[in-house]
Amino acid sequence: MNNFAKSALVGAALALLTSSAAFAARADLVLGIVLEPPHIDPTAGAAAAIDEIVYANIFEGLTRIGPKGEVLPALAESWTLSDDGKTYTFKLHKDVKFHDGTSFDAEDVKFSLDRARGGDSTNAQKGLFAAIDTVEVVDPLTVKVTLKQPSGDFLYNMGWGDAVIVAPESAQTNKEKPIGTGPFKFDSWAKGSQIVISKNAAYWGKPALLDKATFRIIPDPAAATAALLAGDVQAFPVFPSYETIAQFEADPRFKVVIGTTEGETILGMNNKKPPFDNLKVRQAIAHAIDRKALIDGAMFGLGTPIGSFFPPHHPAYIDLTSQTAFDPELSKKLLAEAGHPDGFKTTLKLPPPTYARRGGEIIAAELRDVGIQAEIVPLEWAQWLDQVFKNKDYDMTIVSHTEPNDLNIFARDDYYFNYDNPAFKDLIKQIEATSDDAKRTELYQEAQKILATDVPAAFLFQLPKTGVWDAKIEGLWENGPIQANDLTAVKWAD
Amino acid sequence: MTASPWPEGMSKAIGNRSFVVGLTITGIVAIMAVLSFVWTPYAVGTLDIAGKLKPPSWSHWLGTDHYGRDILSMIMVGSRNSIAVAFVSVAIGLAIGVPLGLWAAARGGWIDELLMRLNDLVFAFPALLSAVMITAVFGPGAINAIIAIGIFNIPVFARVARGAALSLWPREFILGARACGKGAARITIEHVLPNIANLLVVQATIQFSLGILAEAGLSYVGLGSQPPMPSWGRMLFEAQTMIGLAPHMALFPGLAIVITVLGLNLLGDGLRDVLDPRLRRER
Repeated sequence: MNNFAKSALVGAALALLTSSAAFAARADLVLGIVLEPPHIDPTAGAAAAIDEIVYANIFEGLTRIGPKGEVLPALAESWTLSDDGKTYTFKLHKDVKFHDGTSFDAEDVKFSLDRARGGDSTNAQKGLFAAIDTVEVVDPLTVKVTLKQPSGDFLYNMGWGDAVIVAPESAQTNKEKPIGTGPFKFDSWAKGSQIVISKNAAYWGKPALLDKATFRIIPDPAAATAALLAGDVQAFPVFPSYETIAQFEADPRFKVVIGTTEGETILGMNNKKPPFDNLKVRQAIAHAIDRKALIDGAMFGLGTPIGSFFPPHHPAYIDLTSQTAFDPELSKKLLAEAGHPDGFKTTLKLPPPTYARRGGEIIAAELRDVGIQAEIVPLEWAQWLDQVFKNKDYDMTIVSHTEPNDLNIFARDDYYFNYDNPAFKDLIKQIEATSDDAKRTELYQEAQKILATDVPAAFLFQLPKTGVWDAKIEGLWENGPIQANDLTAVKWAD
Repeated sequence: MTASPWPEGMSKAIGNRSFVVGLTITGIVAIMAVLSFVWTPYAVGTLDIAGKLKPPSWSHWLGTDHYGRDILSMIMVGSRNSIAVAFVSVAIGLAIGVPLGLWAAARGGWIDELLMRLNDLVFAFPALLSAVMITAVFGPGAINAIIAIGIFNIPVFARVARGAALSLWPREFILGARACGKGAARITIEHVLPNIANLLVVQATIQFSLGILAEAGLSYVGLGSQPPMPSWGRMLFEAQTMIGLAPHMALFPGLAIVITVLGLNLLGDGLRDVLDPRLRRER
């Protein structure tokens, strides 16, 4: 029996049963996600796929990041800042319980923050906690956090998925069975297939509107399209098949929402490995790339060109794309000046996402036009993380960095770019210690200019958030200011 | 018996419809592949993003793909890839499988038993799945695809060669050769091999078409030759999500695979009819 006949029969049966009662609004949702998380403890892994499931749904922090990137109160209902800018006093919500029934209080906050910044911490973003000097429990509902120096980012940092509050009783088992304080609780995980969360009836705040949400893992773009069309999946917050978006736009059953993300897509280069240690070679590569052709060809026109490592929707953004404009002749000239008049042979290692695989093919063709023969090496994610990210065994790669506020990765020692500029590192330190907005904007712009001049990577485009979902669904985020699928306000329209 | 079957076969061949049609199709594909070395309508390495996903027209007979490349040119260059992979993998099968089969038939006993059981072992694995495994372990690429497909051609040829050779060994002319004092190796080369050549040619044609399919399958899952080298399987894979936008992107590489495999199968069928002496007598 085909699906249509089946649903018609079921529909008829339901109509008979409930003909007198009104239909209740639908309260379950299946979301499609492209990547399966390695585990689901946000305090122990960098994978975006973790936060895309648990952030704001299962786990909560002192603060949280809202749909526009703003800082909102979460487990802390309010806070005060001392006059010297170094001591935050957080007032916590009362009557908050973890999903296993244990109660939440100031001790859990101290435990979580101390655990995240402790010596044996496995937190992927230890930098978020670097400013913290001490965490003190004043009373069960008050926590005092003292910083080493004033930090403009502290409240924002506490809203990251990596800074959520966990209970000492369950911290060790959160990878497989996460226990948080959020409006949803973990239900089940069928590896390779789906993760199910359901409504937490004992939630302290505004209850979730959905009873159940399923995250179905669909890595293949063609399968993603089919699943949406068939209704097996009702929402794809980050839809991987850019070429079929026009088809969904034309279909009244679906809503297509193209938003922004914090994803700066770059052509990463190994700055310590010849010939990429030569600024002229890096500039030549940047000038060989036509960003417009890249966005049209790989992304079907979705994406905003960038000339430095900063998202265009940020108030401090400056457009520096003209500094590395598409100019093959200049590129050839720079290569000749660098001692490679006939170009050279190199490799381009590509992780699985469409933007990388397609972008890589286009960039390799553009590099061929200036004489650089880049052999394409496709890698799976685990291989990419191991070879490129961890062991820095690569020449060039394409990847999108989707964390917010991540300009500082170019200041990290031993990061996979192998980029080392003391002036830039100083600047990042200054930014972290500055809380005045005007001054920060100025410093951010200076940092963008340094990167655009040094070309530690070729900056390509900002990744779009390509949301496609059933037209009757309300409350999903339009943009991706942080890696999250916040379902707290999601519901089906009647 | 060692005389060539050709003089008589020629007229028979021309009268055999599947042989003629198969040879014609295979010839056209081969010519296309050779031609692509010196001429294609457009260069396949150059992208033209502004002219992407164009349907067939006078300037692009088979349309353009998602990077604005000419699909006819891609299919022409891709045929080179398919033919090269299929050809070398058949050559591997012939070069290793046939001597093994002949050796097993000539010696018999435990060598025969051992070789044939090893054959069964390789045979027991589904060929394409194992090829996927081999390329996944040793990395994607045309060379590994050739090796993976070639390995599975070995037992096929070993069996055909052994079976045919075994039926020849008790025959009078072999007995005669042995009586003359010829050794097993010499008999195999001088008398057995020429008499099973026709069977091997037919089998090679069939394996060739399977090789084309296997290469397309491996490229489809991303384990065959890598971009920018065009390959039919990868063209199909890339067309998959564009099918609503540009159906021609899937249609033409698909047709190329179907037509080539069909041509080779017809040729194989035709060759069997033409070359098999038993069939000739029976008709």
